[in-house]
Amino acid sequence: MSLILARKEKRSSMDIGMFFAALLTLGIFSFLYKDNPVYKVCEAIFVGVSAGFWAITYFFDNIHKKFWLGVFPQEGDSPDYWLWGGAILGFLMLLRISNKIGWIARWPLSFIVGATAGLYMMLYFVSNALNQVADTMMPIVAYASDNSVLWLDTFGNFIVVLGVVTGLIYFFFSKEHKGLFGTGAQVGTWFLMITFGASFGYTVMSRMSLLIGRLDFLFGDWLGLF
Amino acid sequence: MFRVILTLLTSIKNPGKIKTILFSILLILITIPNLNGQENEVESSNIATSKIVASILSAPTDVSAKDTDNDKGQSITINWTLSADDKDGGAVSGYKIYRAVEGSNEFVEVGNESEGTTKSTDNKTTDGVSYIYRVDSYQILLDSVGNKSFVTSASVASSPVKSSAQWFNFNRGYCLIFVLFVSGAIIYYIRKASAGGEIYVRKLGGIDAVDEAVGRATEMGKKVFFIPGIQDMNNVQTIAGIAILGRVAQKAAEYGTWLEVPVSKSLVMVTARETMKEAYTAVGRPDAFNEAQVHFLTDDQFGYAAAIDGMVVREKPATIFYMGAFFAESLILAETGNAAGAIQIAGTAMPSQLPFFVAACDYTLIGEELFAASAYLSGEPRQLGSLKGQDIGKALFLVAIIVGIIMESFGWTIGGHNLSAIFKVN
Repeated sequence: MSLILARKEKRSSMDIGMFFAALLTLGIFSFLYKDNPVYKVCEAIFVGVSAGFWAITYFFDNIHKKFWLGVFPQEGDSPDYWLWGGAILGFLMLLRISNKIGWIARWPLSFIVGATAGLYMMLYFVSNALNQVADTMMPIVAYASDNSVLWLDTFGNFIVVLGVVTGLIYFFFSKEHKGLFGTGAQVGTWFLMITFGASFGYTVMSRMSLLIGRLDFLFGDWLGLF
Repeated sequence: MFRVILTLLTSIKNPGKIKTILFSILLILITIPNLNGQENEVESSNIATSKIVASILSAPTDVSAKDTDNDKGQSITINWTLSADDKDGGAVSGYKIYRAVEGSNEFVEVGNESEGTTKSTDNKTTDGVSYIYRVDSYQILLDSVGNKSFVTSASVASSPVKSSAQWFNFNRGYCLIFVLFVSGAIIYYIRKASAGGEIYVRKLGGIDAVDEAVGRATEMGKKVFFIPGIQDMNNVQTIAGIAILGRVAQKAAEYGTWLEVPVSKSLVMVTARETMKEAYTAVGRPDAFNEAQVHFLTDDQFGYAAAIDGMVVREKPATIFYMGAFFAESLILAETGNAAGAIQIAGTAMPSQLPFFVAACDYTLIGEELFAASAYLSGEPRQLGSLKGQDIGKALFLVAIIVGIIMESFGWTIGGHNLSAIFKVN
């Protein structure tokens, strides 16, 4: 009996949650017609709830889990004193509320921007430059194991090499795009636009699947029509 | 063992139990440790068959462990010599790697490698703790009904070893050469530009339109919105976007136009406020800056997009800038801005979002143009020199690509290695 009641209770709470979810979905969809009071309410709920959710998440993930448990660990673990560095920088950020010493808040900011640039320099240099260069170094003519030419693969290799070289030419900023160099840059632009077109179509299709998912929720899960 | 001998003695009085005697002899042979000092174990009920095989499975030898080279710590590499039974058609199915804290002798399994492997890496160590390792060869046996059983043979434990982080990754040694070359070029051109040398920068359409876009908002008496993306200050695109914000803020301050910057990250809010305050001060209008111009909305991606959409349709800004890292919200924002009739200038290095900005905005800074924009806008010798130095780096890579393609096409190598393999860095 208690099991049946528990199930009934769960079902009814799900129904209320689903009802609000459907209402909020329709409220956000109403923006497609025009801005209206229902959308404003839904927008305010969305912004407020998400801001609160992330504030609590960040607090427990960073202040409690990373810092507090790191500095005052459970038995058997040794404290990580480096975390005090982050805590001090975080505290300095709060000095902004003081008119007299608010300028100190610039120090942690400078540290973050400088450290980020330094840390990511090597990472990007390897992943966005050297590895890309290595992947482009390919033989133009592709051969099969019996030494016959693979024409389709050869065409593919040629397109990749041409696209990379002309694309790179387009991103030269200190040389005017004129003459042969300009032609190369122009070809690079075509490659970029064709790539964007293909990417656009692909992404639109994935967005359609998001819409279908939402409609499925409204007509299937909520209204139970299918 | 005592029980087995007892069984043997009892059985010998009964001639009908010859089979039992033979099996008992086999069991005694298996129970006695083999001559190499290695221990064989059977984890199965299929005792008779398994133990016959176990007696001939040999363990791997020369097990050694060392701190993994060129890493950030918490990793130990274990090497061994293959078991004598690990060869084509041999008995070994694989190797299990066991770890124990020195002195405890309580081994736990930390890896499993296939036959023919002589190396494994344990990536879950604690730096500074001394460990010993043991490698067991094992054989999987199946009985007539398909039940699995394992025969294992343990090696002698390795010498103690501790993991630690290294200061330098020497595998990336030649990256240093490239970085030094590019950095050298940048420093050279910065010095040249600072000494009054002319540095040419080609026109960037989107950036040329900044003044015009802010001017348009001034004439219409409407706001300018600047959206710095949804990533934090640890993203170079956000940093580039904030650099452009400085220039836009100067123009807005000069023209007396309200520039509004809704953000989704607290650190971006603080940085944007500092940048705008400096920009307003630089053009002699510190009093015109109001901290409320830069305000936080929410960390949530689509909550942020919904809030900006609402602001755009209600306040109808004349100009909207999108400069930074964007994801799925890019089209939602750009389409709403377009419908509201704003002139829109976007800049991002997110390849998947560029098509949407290209389709829905008036001007788009593609990829690296975003990073070049702040140099172009400011005209500062330091930034212009940096841009020229980076171009030299690109020229170097272009030459490397062409040389690499030629070498790959003709099958030429350097020291037996393809140039592409030399360039590939892990």
